[in-house]
Amino acid sequence: MDLWFTEKHTDDVNFTIKVKKQLYSGKSYYQDIDVFDTFEFGRVLVLDGFIMLTEKDEYIYHEMVTAVPMAVDPDIKRVLVIGAGDGGTIRELTRYQSIEKIDMVEIDEQVVKVCKEYLPQTACKFDDPRVELFFEDGLKFVRRKENEYDLIIVDSTDPFGPGEGLFTKEFYGNCFKALTDSGILINQHESTYYDSYVDMVKRTHKRIGASFPVTMVYQAHIPTYPSGHWLFGFASKNLHPVYDLKADRWNALGIKTKYYNTQLHKGCFALPNYVLDILDEV
Amino acid sequence: MSELRISQDNAPIYEALKKHTKNRIVRLDVPGHKGGRMNKELKAFLGEQCLKCDVNSMKNLDNLCHPVSVIREAEQLAADAFGADHAFFMINGTTSAVQTMVFTACKAGDKIIMPRNVHRSAINALVVCGAVPVYVDPGTNKQLGIPLGMSVKAVEKAILENPDAKAVLVNNPTYYGICSDLKAIVRLAHEHGMLVLADEAHGTHLYFGEDLPCSAMAAGCDMAAVSIHKTGGSLTQSSLLLCKSTVSEGYVRQVINLTQTTSGSYLLMVSLDLARKNLALNGRELFRRSVAYADYAREEINKIGGYYAFGRELENGDDLYAFDSTKLSVHTRAMGLAGVEVYDILRDDYDIQIEFGDIGNILAIVSAGDRELEIERFISSLSEIKRLYSKDPTGLFDHEYINPTVEIPPQQAFYSEKRSLPIEKSAGLICGEFVMCYPPGIPILAPGERITGEIISYINYCKQKGCLLTGTEDLEINNINVVVK
Repeated sequence: MDLWFTEKHTDDVNFTIKVKKQLYSGKSYYQDIDVFDTFEFGRVLVLDGFIMLTEKDEYIYHEMVTAVPMAVDPDIKRVLVIGAGDGGTIRELTRYQSIEKIDMVEIDEQVVKVCKEYLPQTACKFDDPRVELFFEDGLKFVRRKENEYDLIIVDSTDPFGPGEGLFTKEFYGNCFKALTDSGILINQHESTYYDSYVDMVKRTHKRIGASFPVTMVYQAHIPTYPSGHWLFGFASKNLHPVYDLKADRWNALGIKTKYYNTQLHKGCFALPNYVLDILDEV
Repeated sequence: MSELRISQDNAPIYEALKKHTKNRIVRLDVPGHKGGRMNKELKAFLGEQCLKCDVNSMKNLDNLCHPVSVIREAEQLAADAFGADHAFFMINGTTSAVQTMVFTACKAGDKIIMPRNVHRSAINALVVCGAVPVYVDPGTNKQLGIPLGMSVKAVEKAILENPDAKAVLVNNPTYYGICSDLKAIVRLAHEHGMLVLADEAHGTHLYFGEDLPCSAMAAGCDMAAVSIHKTGGSLTQSSLLLCKSTVSEGYVRQVINLTQTTSGSYLLMVSLDLARKNLALNGRELFRRSVAYADYAREEINKIGGYYAFGRELENGDDLYAFDSTKLSVHTRAMGLAGVEVYDILRDDYDIQIEFGDIGNILAIVSAGDRELEIERFISSLSEIKRLYSKDPTGLFDHEYINPTVEIPPQQAFYSEKRSLPIEKSAGLICGEFVMCYPPGIPILAPGERITGEIISYINYCKQKGCLLTGTEDLEINNINVVVK
């Protein structure tokens, strides 16, 4: 018997993976949660029908949202992660001994429970003593914080569904307030390859720009996300992601990565012209 | 109801329409779009089902002007659900329901007691029928600058001074969620042979929620105009007129038919029918959620500081007898921002459309149709607006409402000889038209009222802050029509 999982990348484009076995299927208050075991990509976490991660390529995403800011400011001590219920971002952050506190705010506790059971590759560091979990709305959590974090990582789902509030102007403004003077905000920034995502990328870029003096976009190659070409936002109060890169200090940490290196760091902020054109229109 | 053998689980108009659309009737009648075939773009935009249900009155669908079958059943179910003796489906807005109440109670020259902070539709009714208002000054809350309800004492004074008045009209609640002591007002008015008419444009939920202010029918009012579309879930412009048997059902129907369309929209009627069913079956839970959302938002907004999201703590047993806690009204003046400024920033910068902003306050309408997301976005945006825009409140206008002096009745003023002159030069003269901010649609000036310097500076202030002013013949609101004596 052949079992295939299909995600709609656009109305006219499908992405299909052959499934070995469905490990979990459930519905939380917020979304549908599914975990598959697949032949090519290992275990796959799917929320509301959209692939969030696969064991085969999750390291790309998780290294790129953590190593990039850590190499710009290796003195980061206090980190807020919003979303990230799969634990991959937490796993990467706990590799930095200099980080003293990691607060994680995930709206959907059931995602964490499911990942702990079925995705131990990513959900493996929730027990680190520096990590504290809060199961509530990220928008609400960050509203109450002022000058508390050196880094905020918005590791959210797409802007439709439970993650919607994390793509709003008020959210980015609240993040600005929650960050210290050298603070950095990293967010997943969707993709500009397919037209149906372009408006959201533009709006997101504009909304971040309304709050932060430095707003840059960088890219990574993530095979299982729509088009495979994925963007991230780097916003800060004063640090520049390339000019302020502390390559030697980061390399001295000896953290072994599979995708990220400090040469790639400089390169990933160099964007293709069609992306630049879209961001310029903002 | 027992003779009908139908219950609140039924929706007679809905059921008849479903049956009708299945019958594939040849449409050689109006509307001419014939289920959308004539106007394909409209059909694609609104959806085929919507156009299919846009039909004309016919035997199996009854007729709103003279209901004998499914509309009558639907109206009776609504009457039962709202505790009324009769209910009329209104498809010309709650404005038409308010006007029907006034026309039913009053003829030309009859007096009607009402607070001055009524909606324009009530004073419009006076212009049309020639009834004469006896205004009761609503109390005002000095801190918030908003008009309140009528105190029982003030109503009693008006009744004793005008024993020939035919009716008392009450807002239940006001736009801001403020209720008068309706039961006491009803008792007083009935003792003096007057009808009590309730404008419940913002009061649908009072019939179904728990621990909310008393509804008009429960308080014993004779008629009530209820905007089901505002908080009850029907389509915009659909409304209910509720009556007790103290007024003649047949006469009320005649009055409605004086001005109501003879082509009643089945889209609006079916929306009323299904909204009534939903409210009767699920209303308690739906409004429990509305109140929970509003209470949560009040608490969070008050934690931000600077704003004051007011609630039941303001109840004083008098002109603020009860507060409707589904209303999320927020006072913004202490932040140095006019309500209308916050309203504009919310829409332009944060993509959030709220109900209105006036000089000192904003009002958000919260319903069970909202999700946590909308509430959190609203609160977070207010927090951002405070961080980015708050300033010293000195110099901001501090009240919403000026009690005007009525010199001549509205109809006489509206139809008298008038001349147009710049508003700045109109102080001391008598106004011949309306001036209001919309929303909330409470007239700053109504026909027949004395224009004062204070009112002129209030109008200028509203314009400067960006309120949408309406009512004057001059669409630019630079000139005003005054009565030539």
